[in-house]
Amino acid sequence: MTTFQTAFEAKSKTTGTAASKKLGAATIVAVIFLVLSGLIFSAEDVVQGSTVRIMYVHVPSIWVAYLAFALTAIFSGVYLSNRSRSLIWDRLAGASAEIGVLFVAVSLVTGSLWGRLTWGTFWVWDARLTSTAFLFITYIGYLAVRRLGGTFRQRARRSSVMALLSVLEIPLVHFSVNLWRTLHQKASVADPNAKVSLDGLMLFTLFWGLISFTMLFAWLLVHRQRLMALEDAVQDRGLDRAIQQRRTEAGL
Amino acid sequence: MTTRLQTVRRVSWAVVCKDLRIEWNSKVLLNQVAPFSLVVMIMFAFALDNEGILQRVAPGLLWLATLFSMLIIVQRSFAVETADGALDALRVAGTEPLGIFIGKSLALMVQLFALELMLLAVALVLYTVEPTATGYAETFATMVVATVGLGFVGTLYGGLGAGARGRETLLPLLLLPAVAPVLIGATRATEAAFESGGAQSSQGWPWIGLLAVFAGVFGAVGALAFGPMIEE
Amino acid sequence: MDHASFIIASYALTFVSIAGYALYIVRRARRLGALTSDDDKPWI
Repeated sequence: MTTFQTAFEAKSKTTGTAASKKLGAATIVAVIFLVLSGLIFSAEDVVQGSTVRIMYVHVPSIWVAYLAFALTAIFSGVYLSNRSRSLIWDRLAGASAEIGVLFVAVSLVTGSLWGRLTWGTFWVWDARLTSTAFLFITYIGYLAVRRLGGTFRQRARRSSVMALLSVLEIPLVHFSVNLWRTLHQKASVADPNAKVSLDGLMLFTLFWGLISFTMLFAWLLVHRQRLMALEDAVQDRGLDRAIQQRRTEAGL
Repeated sequence: MTTRLQTVRRVSWAVVCKDLRIEWNSKVLLNQVAPFSLVVMIMFAFALDNEGILQRVAPGLLWLATLFSMLIIVQRSFAVETADGALDALRVAGTEPLGIFIGKSLALMVQLFALELMLLAVALVLYTVEPTATGYAETFATMVVATVGLGFVGTLYGGLGAGARGRETLLPLLLLPAVAPVLIGATRATEAAFESGGAQSSQGWPWIGLLAVFAGVFGAVGALAFGPMIEE
Repeated sequence: MDHASFIIASYALTFVSIAGYALYIVRRARRLGALTSDDDKPWI
């Protein structure tokens, strides 16, 4: 037995499969094409000039975030309604939310960079921005609920209830923030998307962005979910066992 | 035979009485939470340091102080349940979860309302706001409706991590975004009631409507979700 | 290209953070995959 071999003689040490590798390769190609098209091939906007290029990463990332949070709610609902209470639904929900948080963070930052160029400030108290910030914070809270500890069943139940509550909370927050901005103080912010009239290649690039980011999301979701299964398995075996394993590996 | 409705009513009444009796005996609200909210109100005055501004933003400060204090009350409300495994005991005994939810929410509402009355008095004195008679009516309507909503949400999120370690630090993160609509609605309604910043008192009622929607939604969802949430 | 720094920064930030996350997943999976048996990997 070599020092690197483990006691389990595991055939595969990764979360990859032939299908996920193909998806990964296709995603990389799609993203490279998106970057080329977004930065070089596509034309500049008449009004916004080159700043419109930020849109090709900004809009797809917020799309993925919405998709991820919607899936989190759906997986949570499936978990709760399924009699078998299979933990795979809980892991899918958790993985999806984690990816969603990453993408919403990315879109908040790219959005504020874009805002600095078009509006002159990084942030405005616009209804959509404010509720996106709340979306971000709410799902950070969801991820924190997942880390509360206890059994996997407890985690799954708490977090699926939390996911369904968040789906309820988001429209309420959005609605009241919207009222706040429209009733209380007239929104003075120009809508950046309204000014953009997209020509053929620009529109294509945007759609390409949506497609390639969705592929990216699918790849991340599959792998994160499998990683979570491994994390649960390791936790199941107990920390001591894992430490022991590491010691054998290191030849101590 | 007792119907489910009767059981729910009996259980919730028992839970309300229990929670309020615990409060009456321990006087945490009176001795700790109320002084805390008072100090928050005074600190706002230090931070803003301008009587005109204070008068203008008094409604917002009133509700912020309420929300901060609410975090402590909710914490406390579930700490007494989980400390000796009381919640587990209730569950094992097959107590109707809907009854527990309603009971805990009502007890929370009573405490919050008492606190809000005190904070209103503080705001009248310290921030020199002078509402008219209709202004008072509108303020009380806002307080009642907002408190109902806060009571439901507080109980729902308070019960979410009940029993888990580390939930004390997590509660503000979960609860504050959820009650943002209440802060917006109640502040705008109270601004109208106080006529601060040139607002007219008739402008408050749509916001009270928003608060009512919030209370209704979270009451209904809480009634559905509280049972599955605390099981196991 | 005007505002090149902002545009490049947004692209870089987006893809570096996503790639970093993907790398974290793959490396952690490799580490934990070595500690677990094939029974824990239903996708194989």
